[in-house]
Amino acid sequence: MKNIENEYVLLVNICEEQLHTYEFVNPIADILRAKKINFFVRSYKQIGASDLDKCSKVIICGTSLSDFEYLTNISFFSWLSDFDKPVLGICGGMQIMGLVFGGKLKRKTEIGLFSELFTSSFLGLSGKTDVYHLHNAYIDFSLLTDFKVFAGGKVSQAVQHLTKPFYGVLFHPEVRQKKLLEQFILI
Amino acid sequence: MKLGVLCSGGKDSLYAAYLAKKAGHELACLISVASENAESLMFHTPNINLIAQQAQAMNIPLIMVTTKGKKELELIDLCKAIVQAKKKYGLGGVVSGAVGSVYQSSRIQKICNDLNITCFNPLWQKSQLELLNELISNSFEVIIVGVFAYPLDAGWLGKKVDKAFISQMRLLEKKYGINPAGEGGEFESLVLNCPLFKKKLALVNRKISGEKYSWVMEVTLA
Repeated sequence: MKNIENEYVLLVNICEEQLHTYEFVNPIADILRAKKINFFVRSYKQIGASDLDKCSKVIICGTSLSDFEYLTNISFFSWLSDFDKPVLGICGGMQIMGLVFGGKLKRKTEIGLFSELFTSSFLGLSGKTDVYHLHNAYIDFSLLTDFKVFAGGKVSQAVQHLTKPFYGVLFHPEVRQKKLLEQFILI
Repeated sequence: MKLGVLCSGGKDSLYAAYLAKKAGHELACLISVASENAESLMFHTPNINLIAQQAQAMNIPLIMVTTKGKKELELIDLCKAIVQAKKKYGLGGVVSGAVGSVYQSSRIQKICNDLNITCFNPLWQKSQLELLNELISNSFEVIIVGVFAYPLDAGWLGKKVDKAFISQMRLLEKKYGINPAGEGGEFESLVLNCPLFKKKLALVNRKISGEKYSWVMEVTLA
């Protein structure tokens, strides 16, 4: 069993409205707290070199359906290009990852529980699995040569970078799929 | 941002509203749907008529519509209420007390997305016991006005949500899988006082009805 005592996870908050952090950052913080995993939270606009240096892993949390501010500030995430520690991008966080690596954002609204087929094991999920969607946009990661798509095909739902420990999910694992977050911490 | 509060009169919707106000938003109105169907999956029914008194205590206007409470069709009535509130008060969003119900939350999200307004759910995925503790530490006075699951009986009606209540719910959660915050429909609550109220509501009369493990307490407030 991996020793998680030394973990120090950076939770990146991309919410424009502070009230949305209750909904998109706190549930992930609660999951880590329950597993006694150390973490700290930073707004994406305030991440400094020392934050990236002291953390062991990064989770870029999602935000609300009506929040697109982070899309106008992708340059704040340029650190991802040279970063080598494990990163998990959730929903908006996955879109950010795709945009940094040359992807294009497309519109599609999916809200609620959907069954997705995982073609091979992905952070503890496999086969047909119910996941919670809350998005108005996606990136077709099958067009990006650096990524493998594990679920969703063109409307990519779960992806992994081929050479970096980077993972992205368009769905929200903090709802009904908490074990995915626990698996990510165990990488 | 000007927000409408999706309000059932219970602890979750008013605590969510409290957090929204604390975060600097303006609570422009309460929005409530009175269902004629006691089995409604979306809208809580006991004492919905008391929301007008809660709105008065908060000095906030109330938009209330009625619905026959038929599955999915009741969403059209909710949508109409939000449209009305948006037009009348210039809402930029709504705040709901959804905690864990994907059924309720995803339907509210869809309506807000279609109406191009922001949906806030500050209690989303919150630990049920932590939620109860926060109500107490933030001076919410809450009583139980309906119970709908074994082993909850008429003896629970009128109980205050306090430390003793939380201890009892913790035991029931372990023994019977009761959701300690009642979001699974195990019980319904009513807020008599909270920091949003300019005056406390007093319970002047109560009428209990029901059988076995399904009881409702209709109350009169002053």
